[in-house]
Amino acid sequence: MVVKILDVVIAGLLLGGLYALIAMGLSLQYGVARVLNISHGEFIMLGALITWFLYKAFGVNPLVSLAICGPVTFIIGFLLYRTLFTRLRTSSVSIGAYEGSSMLASFGLLFIIQNVALIVWGSEIKGYTYLAFPVNVGGALFAANRLVALAFAVFIGLVFYLFLVRTRLGKAIRAAAQDAATAGLMGVNINQVLALCFGFGALMAGFAGLLISMCYPVHAAMGLEYTIITIIVVVLGGLGSIPGSFIGGFILGLIGSIVTYLEPGLSLAAYYVIFMLLLLVKPTGILGK
Amino acid sequence: MDLTTVTSKRLLFLGLLFLVFILLAFLPLYGSVYTVILVTAIFMYIILTVSWVIFSGPTGYISLAPAAFFGVGIYTSAVLGKVLPLPIVICIGALASFCLALLVGALTLRLRGIYFSIFTFGLVLLIQQLLLWYEVRITHTRGRFVIVVNNTTIYYVMLGILVILLLAAYLIRRSKYGLALQSIGEDEEAAAHIGINVTVLKTIIFAVSAIFTGAAGAIMATRWTYIDPYIAFNPLFSFLPVLMAIFGGMGQFYGPIIGAAIFAYLEEVLLTRFPYYYMLIFGIILVVAILYLPDGLVGLVQKWRKGGSARQHADT
Repeated sequence: MVVKILDVVIAGLLLGGLYALIAMGLSLQYGVARVLNISHGEFIMLGALITWFLYKAFGVNPLVSLAICGPVTFIIGFLLYRTLFTRLRTSSVSIGAYEGSSMLASFGLLFIIQNVALIVWGSEIKGYTYLAFPVNVGGALFAANRLVALAFAVFIGLVFYLFLVRTRLGKAIRAAAQDAATAGLMGVNINQVLALCFGFGALMAGFAGLLISMCYPVHAAMGLEYTIITIIVVVLGGLGSIPGSFIGGFILGLIGSIVTYLEPGLSLAAYYVIFMLLLLVKPTGILGK
Repeated sequence: MDLTTVTSKRLLFLGLLFLVFILLAFLPLYGSVYTVILVTAIFMYIILTVSWVIFSGPTGYISLAPAAFFGVGIYTSAVLGKVLPLPIVICIGALASFCLALLVGALTLRLRGIYFSIFTFGLVLLIQQLLLWYEVRITHTRGRFVIVVNNTTIYYVMLGILVILLLAAYLIRRSKYGLALQSIGEDEEAAAHIGINVTVLKTIIFAVSAIFTGAAGAIMATRWTYIDPYIAFNPLFSFLPVLMAIFGGMGQFYGPIIGAAIFAYLEEVLLTRFPYYYMLIFGIILVVAILYLPDGLVGLVQKWRKGGSARQHADT
């Protein structure tokens, strides 16, 4: 029984690490750049499929692909913000109007990115085996790749947190999150900072996609499912709170793991119930202001 | 412009409207089966879009719940279609949607802006997942067959729903409730202060708009013949009405109608000519429309007309 509980908890943490990483990306995009990016999952999909492609075509080690996936998704995100979202931001009458229109624009991006990927890579489900040998964790067996994924997710999360807290650019980002207009007056190049935030969000999605592709089968239409989970985690942690997203990821991972253990068909439904109850009772989430 | 030209213009407009209605009313007599089916699909999109605009247009609350109301209608039709006559099934579908919307409206009173959008979107997915679980675990079936109705009947029912909807939308827009909704959209607190019962009004109008979406779902299900939770609660039906309304422009009453009609026709053409690129083109149109057409097609036409009349004045 104890082993069983441990089993469920560890599985939840492994899942939660990935959720935390994805949610931090969206948290950055919504909390600072004010874009509730519905196409977030598509960047995850891009990361996953690029990794798969590099591994299959050139035998590139998935962990080496970090150096390729990250920059690719970062540049796409950065350019999208500099062109599309900056234009929307400057032409919107209010921040509320901007949030609405940028959400709808990101919905358009979802279709564009997903269908380009479908045309390039096709719709079949893809997978590869990497570090698939079992590892004994406190009596339960887990594939090594999932432990590596968790380690990387936590590592990336911590590095990013230190970047935000300790560096000058990190300070500029935090200032922009509090009040973009005032930060601009204080000499922060606001367009640049917001675009960087959006790019970093995309970068984290790319990394998460890479880690997901090591553990699970991937396909071109996988994005939306991850986007929805991401939004749930971000709301759970408090919209815009990056530490909140990190913690929220692990909480949702644990819940998912427990519900899957009890009744496999209801794990997604459980997520939605928690999500809607949360919105009704405490829409600001666990760490929101 | 004096009074007589205004009345004669209005008569001309009413006459044109009547002519269009007559043409549409007799379409199954002279049109091909393909035309009838195509126009039915266009009607469906207009119904989804206009009923979305009734609530979300003036208030600015972006509701992503239409797929839930549509799906409720579809499932009503699938479950009751074999035991009850069609008109009753449609009424029950509409009523079920109304009740769901009333519940959602009452629950989400405190949510504003983006929270309202994501809550309503979550609703669609929650119902989809619960139904799926119910079908797989309890009834051990996946999906259902819907009783088939002939195309002409579907066409006339759709037309009927559309006419009632347009009348309702027009009347709501012209009434004091329409103005009240508008003021909620501009400043909700100020609206509450001038004596508008904000919560009741929002809930009621939200629920009324769901009636038509549910009815459209109930009749549309009979054309699809086979449905499952993924087909019935497809999130696309939440996003399409928003897109069509923005594309057409919400500033005028006819904007969303034109937007939906053009879009539905475009979908048909794109689907048959470029089946692989259809969704890609759809995404590009959405992004371009949001970027360059913030007031939609109607805004574009008005700008152009204003530009034209300004030039006229400059010439004289």
